Amino acid sequence: MIYVNHLYKSFGDHEVLHDITEHIEPGEKVVIIGPSGSGKSTFLRCLNLLEHPTKGQVIFDGIDLTDPKTDINKVRQHMGMVFQHFNLFPHKTIMDNITLAPVRLKLMKPEEAREEALKLLRRVNLEEKADAYPGQLSGGQKQRIAIVRSLAMKPKMMLFDEPTSALDPEMVGEVLEFMKQLAEEGMTMAVVTHEMGFAREVGTRLFFMDEGRILEQGHPKEVFDDPKEDRTREFLSKVL
Amino acid sequence: MSEWFSELHAKFILDFVEKQRWMYIVDGLKITLLVTLLSLILGLAIGALIAVIRTTHDQLREENVGGIGKKLLGVADGICRLYLTIIRGTPTLVQLLLMFFVFLSTCNSKVTVAVITFGINSGAYVAEIFRSGIMAVDAGQMEAGRSLGLGYVDTMIQIIMPQAIKNCLPALVNEMITLLKETSICGYIGLNELTRGGDIIRGVTFDALLPLMVVAMIYLVLVMFFTWVMGKIERRLRESDIR
Ligand SMILES: Nc1ncnc2c1ncn2[C@@H]1O[C@H](COP(=O)(O)OP(=O)(O)O)[C@@H](O)[C@H]1O
Ligand SMILES: [Mg+2]
Repeated sequence: MIYVNHLYKSFGDHEVLHDITEHIEPGEKVVIIGPSGSGKSTFLRCLNLLEHPTKGQVIFDGIDLTDPKTDINKVRQHMGMVFQHFNLFPHKTIMDNITLAPVRLKLMKPEEAREEALKLLRRVNLEEKADAYPGQLSGGQKQRIAIVRSLAMKPKMMLFDEPTSALDPEMVGEVLEFMKQLAEEGMTMAVVTHEMGFAREVGTRLFFMDEGRILEQGHPKEVFDDPKEDRTREFLSKVL
Repeated sequence: MSEWFSELHAKFILDFVEKQRWMYIVDGLKITLLVTLLSLILGLAIGALIAVIRTTHDQLREENVGGIGKKLLGVADGICRLYLTIIRGTPTLVQLLLMFFVFLSTCNSKVTVAVITFGINSGAYVAEIFRSGIMAVDAGQMEAGRSLGLGYVDTMIQIIMPQAIKNCLPALVNEMITLLKETSICGYIGLNELTRGGDIIRGVTFDALLPLMVVAMIYLVLVMFFTWVMGKIERRLRESDIR
């Protein structure tokens, strides 16, 4: 589904990603963990070109995103992204937040998009919030809406950057539960998270990132129970 | 006391009623409002254009968009910066005199000269107001729009601009107040706006107090009105943030 070839990223002369080569297959749920500043967000953001790789390639569905001739907007329509701080559009209703992109990009007619949005809202039990504004919702509700907004584009893959890190503890569960459902339905996912329980339960593969490299990877249970690298062991002893 | 009052009354008759001199004030006010309004519109247009060029230039620096477009944008950005430096670095009165006597010396409408000068002048300030309004919008908004597949322009129009305009409405009303007061220098090119209307009366009646006080009061009332409107807008915006 997505190939990453010798990916490098620097900000100025600060190298943040160093020679990452990976392949994520359809249906995989990759969880990415690692210390703060290790490059997890940057790696994820390179996958949909929110950050431009300094060197190397990202190939999604056979399309080289780093090729200047690629229409990146087209590619992004098939890759959802969920942010730590939700990034809902505060001046638009929940309904408009969800339908804006599919309608503007002429993928759906307005009525069709509304129908689809209501269906998704029903799924997360937030149907009655359709005409509310983001400012009226709790953090957990906002994040579920943000996920719904991405789903409305019918993406082939979803990227999550610490989707529960900005939430009050009592709201983490509802968001993780929704993500788990998506995983079970077969969505291809890459999730940066500090929720080790979720990583263990939902992840099919785990990346441990450190200083811009994927230092260790494997099935989450394997890595958690028997880490090979000292750095991984050290990190896990702090978070588990 | 009653002597002082009847003297004032006589002066009032002399200044405003006799020969319908109050018309200087009314006609002047019309010109002042006209020049302010038209300059504001021109300033908003120039300001918006410059703000968009400058922020686009700053934001697209990272993206690998085509070479020629980026070069053009670089040149446009350079021109904008030069314009901002010159306009904000020289007195408005000097700009007005230069326009009137040099650059627009063939133009025989003083209103046009004033509108162009103040429009170009105000555009520089409006540009910076817009730009800070755009930059005050959380970077995550652009990222969210783009990650959904919306293009840069679409995201700008649908998502960033509505929030940016909301951010800068109060500052724009302020700019309008500044502009209103600044048009009083148009007397220097012989345009009969409000201040000059009062001054003409002073010239013929040799009474400075009443005409100039009336002029001052009119500005004050207008400014207080705009300030009141701004207060209303700000309150509305604050409410809509919570909604
Ligand atoms: N836009 C940026 N400009 C400069 N440095 C950045 C930028 N984004 C991230 N960095 C730096 O890159 C490193 C990795 O950041 P990030 O990918 O956010 O780490 P993580 O998500 O693992 O905490 C950090 O040192 C951070 O300061
Ligand atoms: Mg991060």
